[in-house]
Amino acid sequence: MGDYYKTEHLADFGKISEGNEELAQKFFSYYNSVFEDGALSVREKALIALAVSHAVQCPYCIDAYTKESLRQGADLEQMTEAVHVSTAIRGGASLVHGLQMLEQVKKSSM
Amino acid sequence: MAEIPVRLGNFAGDDIDLTSAEAGPKGTTTLSARRLPLADARYQTRVLESLDLSHAPSDGRFEKAVETSGLAPLRPSKLEIFQINVGKLCNMTCRHCHVDSGPDRIEENMDKETINACLRALDKTEAHTVDITGGAPELNPHFAYLVEECVKRGKHIIDRCNLTVLLLPRFRELPQWLAQRKVELVCSLPHYRRRNTDAQRGKGTFERSIEALKRLNRVGYGSGDPDRRLTLMTNPVGAYLSGSQASMEREWKEHLSTKHGVRFDRLITINNMPISRFLEWLEESGNLQSYMELLVNSFNPATVPGLMCRNTLSVSWDGKVYDCDFNQMLELESVASDGKRPTVYDFDPAGFANRDIVTARHCFGCTAGAGSSCGGAIEGD
Repeated sequence: MGDYYKTEHLADFGKISEGNEELAQKFFSYYNSVFEDGALSVREKALIALAVSHAVQCPYCIDAYTKESLRQGADLEQMTEAVHVSTAIRGGASLVHGLQMLEQVKKSSM
Repeated sequence: MAEIPVRLGNFAGDDIDLTSAEAGPKGTTTLSARRLPLADARYQTRVLESLDLSHAPSDGRFEKAVETSGLAPLRPSKLEIFQINVGKLCNMTCRHCHVDSGPDRIEENMDKETINACLRALDKTEAHTVDITGGAPELNPHFAYLVEECVKRGKHIIDRCNLTVLLLPRFRELPQWLAQRKVELVCSLPHYRRRNTDAQRGKGTFERSIEALKRLNRVGYGSGDPDRRLTLMTNPVGAYLSGSQASMEREWKEHLSTKHGVRFDRLITINNMPISRFLEWLEESGNLQSYMELLVNSFNPATVPGLMCRNTLSVSWDGKVYDCDFNQMLELESVASDGKRPTVYDFDPAGFANRDIVTARHCFGCTAGAGSSCGGAIEGD
């Protein structure tokens, strides 16, 4: 095993069907439906995906949804705001646990 | 209104130098002014042909892609659109321009004799639409004459307008004048926000474009009136394909209306052609190989029947005839059934209708994804 992450894995994603064709088909079919234009536009969905990609720190997803966000008419400012939303939620998720810490401190301190 | 002053050079009320920032934003300068090898059409073709795409579908050969899809030979359908490129003069120098237009292109502009030859050729065809492009076509001194002659002939007229040109004092009354003649405006606007618009077309483009759109709205453009149709056209601001035309149109309408009080009728998304100044950018940014692979990999056979080269004829400033505006810029002339290269001076509609369409590698730009041409994506995407 060489590098853990390889750029070509993104383009080769479909090869995951080798071990189980049916599940792969179900997944990709579902995946494609999720990203269709609906109550949310394709641009809005691409921006959500971009934000989530940063939260889950997936380099493949960041690559794919940077391109897709641009393609669907988002610009750098909108994309940067999406990443900050991700950052705020991740940061907030840590910080809100501070209440747990606070309660415990109060309970066990004079 | 009696007459619009559209002469080049000195005329009352507007002697703004087209090379100045006041006349229009400048994202770059022309390849021609910089005397670069890429200014030469044959050099551009060589750059494209020399790329190694042997690993890509159809070996990256357009003719093979069409043939593999069972769509060869590529032949014309009924001629519907008579496109006239009246010249390369422009008040802007956008970074993606496939014409290498700019304020210094004062030589390559159509004279009245050639305009009259165009009209005689037009009269030999059944084309219902005259599509006037450039450069900024309004800057051609015979623009008004050409429009009037097409009105007389009952043609639907398209003016491919860069928006900012409408802010020149000499064109203050042009929106009203065009509206009276029911000219459809197809206007370039890469994005509904400032950043990408100015990145592609030069600083200040966005604000000026919004002002121009407001002027067009005031004379009735963009309100759903088929006689005052306002179409916006967007090219990607980088090395990626156009997105979903329908979805983007909805968002653009909402955003431009709520943020700027601007209306338009429809949005056309088109891919950038890997030629001229966009080719320069692709090379400089290291994106050329991957962009060509993207175009080839995205070949969509469903786009082929509706390609503009099938129902359009494209005339250059000097009267030569091409299968499309992109072929024109690469100087790939049409070849009539008798093997001759037609001009508007000796135009024979029968020989022209019975030709094979000239293609090369750049044609993948029109067949990628949802398709492109000058008419935008295919319906139903």
